[in-house]
Amino acid sequence: MKPTGSLAHRIVSNGWKQVLLVLFSFLCLFPLYYLIVTAFKSQGEYIRNLFGIPLGPILSNFATVFRGGRFLRWLANSILLTAGSVLAALVIALAAAWAFAKMEFRGREPIFGLMLILMIIPPVVMVIPLFKIMIALRILNTYHSVILIYTGLTLPFSIYLLASFFRTVPGAIIDSARIDGCRDLRILASIAVPLSAPAIITIVLVNALWVWNELLVAVIFLQKDELKTLMVGLTVFKSRYNLDIPVTMAGLTLATIPMLALYFAGQKYFIKGLVAGAVK
Amino acid sequence: MQRLRPYLFIAPALAVIAIVFVYPVVEVARLSLFRVSGGRESFAGLGNYLSLFRDPVFLRALQHNGLLLVAVPIMLFLGLVLAVLLFEGVGGWKAYRSILFMPYILAIPVVGIVFSYIFQLNGILNQGLRAIGLDFLAADWLGSSRFALWTVMFVVIWKEFGFGVVLFLARLMSVEEELYEAASLEGAGWLQVLFRITIPQLATVIEFYVVIMVITMLSWVFNYVYVMTSGGPGNATMVAEYYIYLEGFRYNLQGIAAAASIVLLAVTAILILARSRITRRIELE
Repeated sequence: MKPTGSLAHRIVSNGWKQVLLVLFSFLCLFPLYYLIVTAFKSQGEYIRNLFGIPLGPILSNFATVFRGGRFLRWLANSILLTAGSVLAALVIALAAAWAFAKMEFRGREPIFGLMLILMIIPPVVMVIPLFKIMIALRILNTYHSVILIYTGLTLPFSIYLLASFFRTVPGAIIDSARIDGCRDLRILASIAVPLSAPAIITIVLVNALWVWNELLVAVIFLQKDELKTLMVGLTVFKSRYNLDIPVTMAGLTLATIPMLALYFAGQKYFIKGLVAGAVK
Repeated sequence: MQRLRPYLFIAPALAVIAIVFVYPVVEVARLSLFRVSGGRESFAGLGNYLSLFRDPVFLRALQHNGLLLVAVPIMLFLGLVLAVLLFEGVGGWKAYRSILFMPYILAIPVVGIVFSYIFQLNGILNQGLRAIGLDFLAADWLGSSRFALWTVMFVVIWKEFGFGVVLFLARLMSVEEELYEAASLEGAGWLQVLFRITIPQLATVIEFYVVIMVITMLSWVFNYVYVMTSGGPGNATMVAEYYIYLEGFRYNLQGIAAAASIVLLAVTAILILARSRITRRIELE
């Protein structure tokens, strides 16, 4: 809506709105502020100065975090699992979504409907049988078992989102490509994918965020310390350094900064992607 | 061959989904009818379900999931109010949107650990309250069974409400401006605009949001509980997911865990179905 009236009038009439928004922004930002400033405090300073900006900022908490190389190992595991499952889900979902959106075949509607139903199934329901499968196949405590699970869990949403995006690719473009002798796979790769770049970036970001933050599957299927993901590792950290809060906070800060950077860089896509399912 | 082509495109997806979703759900349903011990299975009929519903811990877990649903209307209200404020062109709305959405992208373990330090008995919330002379408000937020569940709920709301704000705002920005212009020409007041235009236009998005959040409260709170309370103190924050995890992986009672999974799945399905029934009826009227 268009704001009316003089600037002064606007400020007064918007005053209560600004107050409310500032209050909520403060609530959102405070835990993050607390996290980051604490990471730079010594144990002693933290006890004396809970809220304030560190008066004698130190970096040794970060050194403690990296000591022994566990943290870097967990970080590498998370990156590997995230990259692997996001990529696998993307390739598989692209092919399936293309078929659902642009091909005629028997069973299309019921199978697509199944995808929507799968989205509401709590992952915890599948965990016990999956655990037994992984034991039977002797792939418990391996990356590929977890990549398989993550790929599966993110597929329904990815297919759904990509298919609704592909539906907007005009049939005329596809028809003319087909007349030129392009086959389906070529059309998908050289026409549909470039046209759907925003949807693809969205899927990649949303799935990456989901896998990066996942805990249940990571706790159950990767039980060896050297295989743990960063998020599971952080909970280990918390119990290990329970008395040294600044060290834990340094670990959390290091785990959070990449995500914040990704968020502020790709904000447009995050927001678009997360609301894409509902707003047409 | 041409007729088989579409199936080749969907085959990889179906194969993965069969392994990750279809087989496990069928297997869990089967397992829920068996007693499993030492790798041996014996048919138990509804025995697992009977012992499940006689287990006060499971009943409490379900009750807690139900209580957590209180967060849904709270988040809906916050999301609507803040989205409307941002939509009305408050100065700096883009910056506010980024900030309000930020908690949503943070990892639950990070959020959970930070908040468990904030809410500790000697954490910064209580220290702050003591510092300004409000000692009587200080409490053991996560350590006492009176407050723990509500504290967990607060953290869930803190992390998730921004999604509603962004969702509603995106929908509002796609409402045709003529609607609002017509309303202001006819001299409609702020409340009238809110109830006659804004909320009806948002109806489908609100429904979507409610469904997503109901699912979240029933089956996506494991992470919070795992990180902040481990279900304690004294099962005060036990929820269905955590119960399934404990029964299945700590106590190795797979039959019970499978039965609990089926109950959780059924409750989720019933709530979602009821929800779409109700809205369909409203639309018909």
